[in-house]
Amino acid sequence: MNTHKTLALAALLAALGAPAAMAQIRIGATVAETGPAGALGDPEAKTLRLLVEQINAAGGVLGEPLELVLYDDGGDPNNARTFATRLVEHDEVVAIIGGTTTGTSLAIRSVAEEEEIPFISLAGGIEIIDPVQPFTFKTPHTDRMACEKIFEDMQAQGIARIGMISGTDGFGASMRNQCLAVAETYGITVAADESYAPGDADMVPQLTNIRNTEGLQAVLNPGFGAGPAIVTRNYRQLGIELPLYQSHGVAGQAYIDLSGAENAEGVRLPGTALLIADQLAEDDIQRAAVIAYRDAYVGRYNEPVSTFGGYAHDALAILVDAITRNGEAEPDPADLRDAIEATSGLVGTTGIYSFTAEDHLGLDLSAFRLLEIRTGGWTQVQ
Amino acid sequence: MKPKHLSLLILTLLVVAAPFFFPSGFYYRIGALIFINAIAVTGLVILIGYAGQISLGHAGFAGIGAYACALAPEHLGLPPVAAILLGAALSAALAWLVGRPILRLHGYYLGVATLGLGILISMVLSNEAQWTGGPDGIAVPDLGLRGLLRDLGWRVGAGELWYGLAGLVMILGAWLALNLFDSPTGRALRALHGSEVAARTMGIDVARHKLHAFVVSAVYASVSGSLLALMNRLITPDVAGFMHSVQMVTMAVLGGVGSVLGAIFGATILTALPQLLTVFHQYEHMVLGLVMILVMIFLPDGLLPSLMKRLRGRDGE
Repeated sequence: MNTHKTLALAALLAALGAPAAMAQIRIGATVAETGPAGALGDPEAKTLRLLVEQINAAGGVLGEPLELVLYDDGGDPNNARTFATRLVEHDEVVAIIGGTTTGTSLAIRSVAEEEEIPFISLAGGIEIIDPVQPFTFKTPHTDRMACEKIFEDMQAQGIARIGMISGTDGFGASMRNQCLAVAETYGITVAADESYAPGDADMVPQLTNIRNTEGLQAVLNPGFGAGPAIVTRNYRQLGIELPLYQSHGVAGQAYIDLSGAENAEGVRLPGTALLIADQLAEDDIQRAAVIAYRDAYVGRYNEPVSTFGGYAHDALAILVDAITRNGEAEPDPADLRDAIEATSGLVGTTGIYSFTAEDHLGLDLSAFRLLEIRTGGWTQVQ
Repeated sequence: MKPKHLSLLILTLLVVAAPFFFPSGFYYRIGALIFINAIAVTGLVILIGYAGQISLGHAGFAGIGAYACALAPEHLGLPPVAAILLGAALSAALAWLVGRPILRLHGYYLGVATLGLGILISMVLSNEAQWTGGPDGIAVPDLGLRGLLRDLGWRVGAGELWYGLAGLVMILGAWLALNLFDSPTGRALRALHGSEVAARTMGIDVARHKLHAFVVSAVYASVSGSLLALMNRLITPDVAGFMHSVQMVTMAVLGGVGSVLGAIFGATILTALPQLLTVFHQYEHMVLGLVMILVMIFLPDGLLPSLMKRLRGRDGE
């Protein structure tokens, strides 16, 4: 009995204290593979594993293989901070990719800035890179940009009075605030402002309030997960005829499947080139990157690509590009940071990235495409 | 030497000696997290182990302590140390107000009432976004201790500092809890744990003592939340969430809810285990559940007390 215990203890200690293998470029990642943000983190983790394998099969970076150290923080910022500390102090990675949610990204950011290790976030919140922090970058569009893209389209349609129904989760609440903040610049009044909790199974009361509000011309639903699909179904059940706008938080096949294709018909939302890979023009600059990633992902996992996996794809592409330009297999973190900041015209699935000292997002609104759901698929609104 | 002093000596030795075995700075972070969890769990030992009352909402008090440290320096201009005290005072006041009615309940009913309290606090923290920053959390000001030490010519890393500070607070908390155990109040709590009727017959004011235990444990949870917030420099409503409450109770029960040292042992295992299990992270919850079931079946007093009993033989404890 005692020997068994000793052996078990020794095995556990060995697992924790396993020494790092050398002569590899170690990249750290902590994403929410499980938990409430699992629908976002899962494709991110799968994408990172797939791409690192692909890169290594093709001879690695600068002739050295990449090693991915990936942890699942479950979307808990406290765990994310612990894993970020572990990546820096114990695993001694050259850079960190991750932070599926804004909360976890902010937790990782404070470690990255303290230890001066480059960090590329996969979350939407504008506060991650505004104000700019020296070592922190991010790949997804901000929620403010999503609002702007939607309001641009509304403005073009002559819509000036809208109703909003937002999730109270981090994503929905943050986007709601950003939309309220920029609505005025587009001449848009938010005349009804409803909300629902992440677990709610029925949004009929809130939508009834919206239906009963006089003079609305469109409805916007910032949220992710199952909520927007329920909103869409209830919206059709109540027979509301106004145009429905969703956020980039539902830019994936799951949303259409959950809502039912007939209910989602005509819904508009901002999305990335990834969702309309086959419809991209032959000369579209993103076409090659998007199709290569999509085919690899679908080929391996046999499930549709989502925007979130695309964010991870772009983060790794930016990092590999920077390591290559920096030219050292054991890059100094400060040099690597400078190399990332010098990224220019890098074609990703989300858009074309060009960082500057003032801009650590490197995307503009042009990379965002306004999509409309037609017969269960995505089409680009011209 | 009294068992109380022996416990404190063992604890102090472990805290001081552990860093000599740390292969990297990351372990200071794990150590500090263990100590911070252990503080909250020590409070639960007083409530669950001494007084025999359950709480599934103590993360709510951790939330109050944490957000006090985020909000009081900004809005009231208090230094972070005063914010810790303010958080503790608020938690104590809330526990006192709410504890009076709900501590009349027993068993499951008390569990559900405390659970409701915890969930309410976490909902307020999530929804009052203009104050709390909402689900994405809020930044917490620096404690300023590191800067102070640097001015004194003593450079320490954040990891080492928090390891030392949290360790110190944990030992202090354990000392208070161990003192309470042998005090008249402690004896009264243990008596009402055994039988409320018998305790009342002996002239013990049952309602008052239960309330005291509830308030004291709320203060422990609040201090633990404050330290977590100040260490992480960012706090989200997860700190007050239901899962955090359950985690605290699990730590206490796993290690042995009747003994301070046991509960700290439980906090150590449940904080360190997820780090050991990252390789099998898909199975983490299964392993934790399995550990819990096995302990409940084979070591119902908790890991440490049961092991001690084994070691001492039949005449132990």
